[in-house]
Amino acid sequence: METVYNISVFTENSIGILNRITIIFTRRHLNIESITASESEVKGVYRYTIVLKTDLDQVKKVVTQIEKQVEVLKAFFHSDDQVVHQEIALYKIATESFVNGSTEKIVREHHARILTVDKEFTIIEKTGQPEELQELFNELDTYGVLEFVRSGRVAISKPMKTLETYLKELEA
Amino acid sequence: MQSLVQEKVETIFGYPGGAIMPIYDALYDFRDSVNHVLVRHEQGAIHAAQGFARTSGKVGVCFATSGPGATNLITGLADAMIDSTPVVCITGQVASHLLGTDAFQETDVIGISMPVTKWNIQVTRAEDISGAIARAFYIARSGRPGPVLVDITKDAQFGMVDFSYEPCTKIRSYQPTPVLDEQSLQEAAVLINQAKKPYILVGQGIFLSNAEKEILDFAEKTGIPVASTLLGLGSFPSDHPLYVGYLGMHGNYAPNVLTNECDVLIAIGMRFDDRVTGDVSRYAKQAKVIHIDIDKAELNKIIKAEVAIHADAKDALLKLSALVNQNEHPQWLQQFRDLEAVEKSEVVDEAVHPSSDQLKMAEVVNLLSEKTDGKAIIVTDVGQHQMISSRYYKYRGHRNNVTSGGLGTMGFGLPAAIGAKLGNPEQTVVAIIGDGGFQMTIQELGTILQSKVDIKILILNNNFLGMVRQWQQLFFDRRYSFTEIVNPNFTAIAKGYSIDALKIEERNQLDDALTTMLNSKGAFLLEVVVEQEENVFPMVETGASVSEIRLN
Repeated sequence: METVYNISVFTENSIGILNRITIIFTRRHLNIESITASESEVKGVYRYTIVLKTDLDQVKKVVTQIEKQVEVLKAFFHSDDQVVHQEIALYKIATESFVNGSTEKIVREHHARILTVDKEFTIIEKTGQPEELQELFNELDTYGVLEFVRSGRVAISKPMKTLETYLKELEA
Repeated sequence: MQSLVQEKVETIFGYPGGAIMPIYDALYDFRDSVNHVLVRHEQGAIHAAQGFARTSGKVGVCFATSGPGATNLITGLADAMIDSTPVVCITGQVASHLLGTDAFQETDVIGISMPVTKWNIQVTRAEDISGAIARAFYIARSGRPGPVLVDITKDAQFGMVDFSYEPCTKIRSYQPTPVLDEQSLQEAAVLINQAKKPYILVGQGIFLSNAEKEILDFAEKTGIPVASTLLGLGSFPSDHPLYVGYLGMHGNYAPNVLTNECDVLIAIGMRFDDRVTGDVSRYAKQAKVIHIDIDKAELNKIIKAEVAIHADAKDALLKLSALVNQNEHPQWLQQFRDLEAVEKSEVVDEAVHPSSDQLKMAEVVNLLSEKTDGKAIIVTDVGQHQMISSRYYKYRGHRNNVTSGGLGTMGFGLPAAIGAKLGNPEQTVVAIIGDGGFQMTIQELGTILQSKVDIKILILNNNFLGMVRQWQQLFFDRRYSFTEIVNPNFTAIAKGYSIDALKIEERNQLDDALTTMLNSKGAFLLEVVVEQEENVFPMVETGASVSEIRLN
């Protein structure tokens, strides 16, 4: 059965490792829903959050193949209920919609933040889950959203040893 | 170059070009200590490095220049990747300031080779070269071996640094030696001790972990019959009473059929390739599977294992042998012998002693096997002759079977045989090749000429791309679409390269011809014209279960 899985990958900081990871998906004809990467709490170790919709058997095989890569320290997968996940969205709208419309009310109700106000445009930020971000988009779009971008998911699993513990095991 | 000397590299297969000229210039000073073999095409270099690695157990090394030189390595990299062969390829690259500019002979070889290498790296600074080479050798040979590519920009090759070399022994993110899980060994031992019809499948992992003695001890103690995959052939002596044959699509009858009758299946250093399993949903469903492999990603990939043991085969077998009971399974073994008799009367007898006038591939290989006592290094190409060789050559040597298994690379045979000979100068190396595959890398006859490589080339010529033709006959209504091949005069070509050659078409010439070939000084080409439309049987058809293997 197809489910959403959150794959967390910890890698060394080396050129090409992102490519090595993504070709594992390509090869199995799998489409990545979202992918984010940045340095983790350990300096020099990078953390990827990859969202994949597939079945359990497939995600297991993908994760062992990711972990097999020489420069991958560790890879895990979790279902949605085992993680806390968020995304950030930015919305660019015309500043005049604050004057002529009820944009201000919408922003308040959605607990969104205003980042920048320019004469012509205003940039609004909201963190949340995709449905919440989309809901805000839909409401703002009645006045016209000039640009909209989502960050892709970042996720932290609820039960997990710390990365430090794994690194110590690997170095032992 | 000094890094390679530190890794005790004595043989390199390569082809120079613009972007690797500084390395070749350095090589000039090492002419006495390093044997560089100039091939005729980079694909030849990497297949030769594979043949060298597979037979010697050492890492094969090859050099190529940037752009087309590097892309010509790709087929060999893919082959080495799927057949777990340790190879280090060093490619030249355009100078670092030209990277990404579509410079002359620039290719993104890192990007292109990524899916077909265990690891690859681009080096742009001279001071990083020795570290990268050290890692490359360590990664290529440790764990599940595989190909590694090091791409060095021309400016890095020119750079002068104070040389120091530290062999690599550890990489934090890479754990090549699994920790043996005692619990699963215990579970495996219980299953084995209780089994009535246990059955061992061995693969190339036995060679790779040097576990030939351990598997023999284990099988003899437990009395369990042993069958082998294509790449495992020879890892268990073919004349041993517990050896029951060759698995897979064109393997032996008994080991395929009885896969679906055993109660415990012990798979060691093999990966359940689809050519071995046939229809997975009807493969050994009745059996409890114990799978031992050094690559964790192979466990539960194709066949779910009751007990999956992530381990080096040798370690696992040593420990497991201590836990299992001395046993015998004469009735179970007899089942194999009974089916073997069926295969003998229905297939083997006719193949080896044909009643037809035309020579058949199997009788040639069978006679070669007798004449060499199963101890020559046999390198094959891909196709019918390959299946016939694996069926009828009785491997009794150490690492004496070299063939392209997973990738099925036509053109592999000739260059791989060159590498095998250079890795084992004392041994007889016979390259058994079809008329089709021979022409894919026929240019390597030039390498044989120049480097005086003493290999025996046995062409089994049926004037067809035989395996495809067989499928066309069986599954495409005999529509022989582009499988008939018009061949050149092979012996004349060989003679053009100063290689002695002989062509035979009659049975009564065969014995003498093989003797002439084997006794010849230096390289020799023997072309044997065989029956055009011979089929390889038994056969597990695509989509069929192993127990549905057909005998004709």
